[in-house]
Amino acid sequence: MIELTVNGIKRQVDVVPEMPLLWVLRDELDITSAKYGCGVAQCGACTVHIDGKAVRSCQSHIGEVAGKSVVTLEGLDNKDQHPVIQAWIEHQVPQCGYCQAGQIMQAISLLARISKPTDEQINQVMSGNLCRCGTYPRIRAAIHAAASRKMAEK
Amino acid sequence: MGHMQSLSRRAFVFGSAAVAGGIAFGAYGSAEAAAPSADGNPLAVGLGPNSVTFNPWVEISPDKITLIAQHADIGQGVGSVQPIMIAEEMDLDPGQFEVRFAVPSPAYFNTGFADEFAPFVAADQSPAAEEARAKSLEWLRQSGLQMTGGSSTLPDTYDKLRVAGAVARETLKAAAAKRSGIAVADLRTQSGHVILPNGTKIAYVDLSADAAKIPPVLDAKPRDPSTWRMLGKPMMRLDIRDKVMGELKFGIDLRMEGMLYASVKLNPNKGQPLKSYDATKARAMPGVKKILEINNGVAVIATNSWYAMKAVDAIACEWAPSVYPAEQADHWKVLESSFKPEFLGKEWRKIGDIETGLKTGTRVEAEYRAPYVAHQPLEPLNGIGLVTDKGMELWVGHQSPRFVQYVAATAIGLKPEQITFHNQWTGGSFGHRLEYENVRVLAEIANQMKGTPVKLVFSREEDFLQDIPRQIAIARHRGSVDKGRIVSADLQLASTAPLKGLLERSGTPSKDPDGQLAAGLWNVYYDIPHFRGTSYEAQGLSPCTTWRSVGASTSGFFTESFIDELIHAAGLDPMKARIAMCTVPHYRKLLETLAQMSDWKGPLGNGRGRGVAFVESFGTPTAEVVEVTMTDRGIRIDKVWVAVDVGKVVDPVNFENQVQGGVIWGLGHAINCELTYAKGAVQQTNYNHHEAMRIYQCPVIEVRGLENDPKVRGVGEPPVPPAAPALANAIFAATGKRIREMPFNKFIDFV
Repeated sequence: MIELTVNGIKRQVDVVPEMPLLWVLRDELDITSAKYGCGVAQCGACTVHIDGKAVRSCQSHIGEVAGKSVVTLEGLDNKDQHPVIQAWIEHQVPQCGYCQAGQIMQAISLLARISKPTDEQINQVMSGNLCRCGTYPRIRAAIHAAASRKMAEK
Repeated sequence: MGHMQSLSRRAFVFGSAAVAGGIAFGAYGSAEAAAPSADGNPLAVGLGPNSVTFNPWVEISPDKITLIAQHADIGQGVGSVQPIMIAEEMDLDPGQFEVRFAVPSPAYFNTGFADEFAPFVAADQSPAAEEARAKSLEWLRQSGLQMTGGSSTLPDTYDKLRVAGAVARETLKAAAAKRSGIAVADLRTQSGHVILPNGTKIAYVDLSADAAKIPPVLDAKPRDPSTWRMLGKPMMRLDIRDKVMGELKFGIDLRMEGMLYASVKLNPNKGQPLKSYDATKARAMPGVKKILEINNGVAVIATNSWYAMKAVDAIACEWAPSVYPAEQADHWKVLESSFKPEFLGKEWRKIGDIETGLKTGTRVEAEYRAPYVAHQPLEPLNGIGLVTDKGMELWVGHQSPRFVQYVAATAIGLKPEQITFHNQWTGGSFGHRLEYENVRVLAEIANQMKGTPVKLVFSREEDFLQDIPRQIAIARHRGSVDKGRIVSADLQLASTAPLKGLLERSGTPSKDPDGQLAAGLWNVYYDIPHFRGTSYEAQGLSPCTTWRSVGASTSGFFTESFIDELIHAAGLDPMKARIAMCTVPHYRKLLETLAQMSDWKGPLGNGRGRGVAFVESFGTPTAEVVEVTMTDRGIRIDKVWVAVDVGKVVDPVNFENQVQGGVIWGLGHAINCELTYAKGAVQQTNYNHHEAMRIYQCPVIEVRGLENDPKVRGVGEPPVPPAAPALANAIFAATGKRIREMPFNKFIDFV
């Protein structure tokens, strides 16, 4: 049994330690916001936070996540009021929506490090997150809006 | 092209309303009498007590109102705009109804294909063209073709869903009139209620039993757009919140009690069988329950998807070789030798005397190429299947529900009506979910696992290997210019046939030339005195299928790059010349709007460049300007301006998102994507080899929607075709280098 904390709840799973966190979340724990897109850290759809840092869950072996705290989109604090979530809704970012949980988790991580990112900084941090529908203009706008909203809240 | 006659807007509106009323509602009669039948209202089947359905799109029970999204939602917003068109007429607010996807039924045949299937260019509104479209509409009605595609979400349903909502509203009012004894004229509706003159409100759900007892009011008319509450105004897509909150369940997220997981390894020589395999290693791997042999490969059944994928990867397979050339170079050779009479698809259009025209003035000739490209929506192919003694139930996101029934049934010896299909929200498609790789394989697997629900997920690598690609094509265009104008254009291309291939795999083969090879080739709206457009259909190459914007994705690049070469040879300005040559008044207006939006002052030069391109596809004229800068790190795309005329912008925010997405799709794949074959299999098996656009390359994209077209047009695909030629033309303006082959990064670097 491997024990970890997901969205504040202690969970135990009986799988091989090489199994990626992504598949543990999806198939063992039925937490589905993190998506399988490429399996090789090329698309970012599986992005979650481990101990507060954005990581590709398809590359994180569950054996190495043992004892750590995982947060998925489902488990964000005060989710409804989260400035990034609100900006994403206001800008109607998604088309198909499949990549968006990963985009949002990456954007939250970006804004935690850089409170008011430039376009260049957004490019650097968000370019690992693929969107096949092409919602990039809205992702960019929503990140700027969320940054302004966070500033205003302070 | 001067022969085109415009049917007046008034005449069209009349004709279209008559068509929508007759087709959508003629067959149903009284709701109570609507017996379940193959061509009846599918909602009448299994309708609960005291419930009513007025037509295939509206169902009201004492508990809830359900509106049907007729098309598949592949990210384009069907699950929102289609129910909202009904809700607009019914005076329902978001939150007052549930949305369900349509079941397989001929009642949901796609009227929106009528124009695309008739052999007339979109701008031709002559009586002969309209008559041909009426005939193709009748064919669609009889065939019951239920398919999402061809940018038909709005063209198909703009009239019929608003009429469906109006019929529901007026019938509910009639039921309330009967109950209250008050004349219908004195009743109104608001927010899910019929309102009596004294202010008393009767909820629609409380009228369902009464409404079931009276005949529906079939002559109800949709309201004038000037009275719309939601449509035509910035509105929130119904699916946005759930998608942002991570709560929306895609097909791949579903889970059933007692479910097992499957993954597959299939013959990468597309369409060929498995010869033998060795699963010794896989059998001993964690979580593995079973190894199954299927027609063209092997499947592993395991306790989760990852165990299944790892184990299937460990199976050694021997494959039957491909029937198409094993190596990419030979695919190109076949295309090169396909410009011959025996491969003629069709001479689609002929104006003037092309041979004489080509001899006049200065000759321009150029060859263009477009490679195979993959669809690769981010949600990989998947599905859940359950076979029992009665038949098969399957949960999968697909664009052609009735063909899914046919393909699954054929795979395991059932009848199509034994297949119960539940359509799912999908993580994109771009044409991928018109094909059946996952459906056929899932049927075979579930059939060997009778009684157990099985969830199949393709690995990304397998999805790439089995992706039936966009057509590959070569164009050999010739033309001439004289005294500052274009005299002739002889456009010829050899290509694989995307639509024909899809229809054949759908069980409805066609012997006609592939109409998608005319798209972007014959619908050229410039005043060129001598013109010819011809397609050749290459034989024996990779199977191909429809990829966002289909034929126009390649021909649009060829045609608009070549027109640009002719304009340059004639010494003209690329924008001004297109405006001057444009023969359709509202298309000319579109180009003028684009020139104004982009403040066009010429193609620039000295390291900066602007290119323009104009393509009509699926009836939607779209023009784009791309601006680039040549930097020391390569070409940087600075900005794109897009003007699109859709007749009516129904969902403005989503409209902008779709247009921007289409431009990004067109640019990204033109810059860096191709599939190449080696040993019969494609060599690109993940996004690092087939990347398209990422955010760092994404320019600012300014969008303008125009409403001058006499018909309501779709916008999912039309922004794609002009993107590649506008970019290539901009690169030429900046650098003097003509890029005549996609992907462009083989010839120039990009930032």
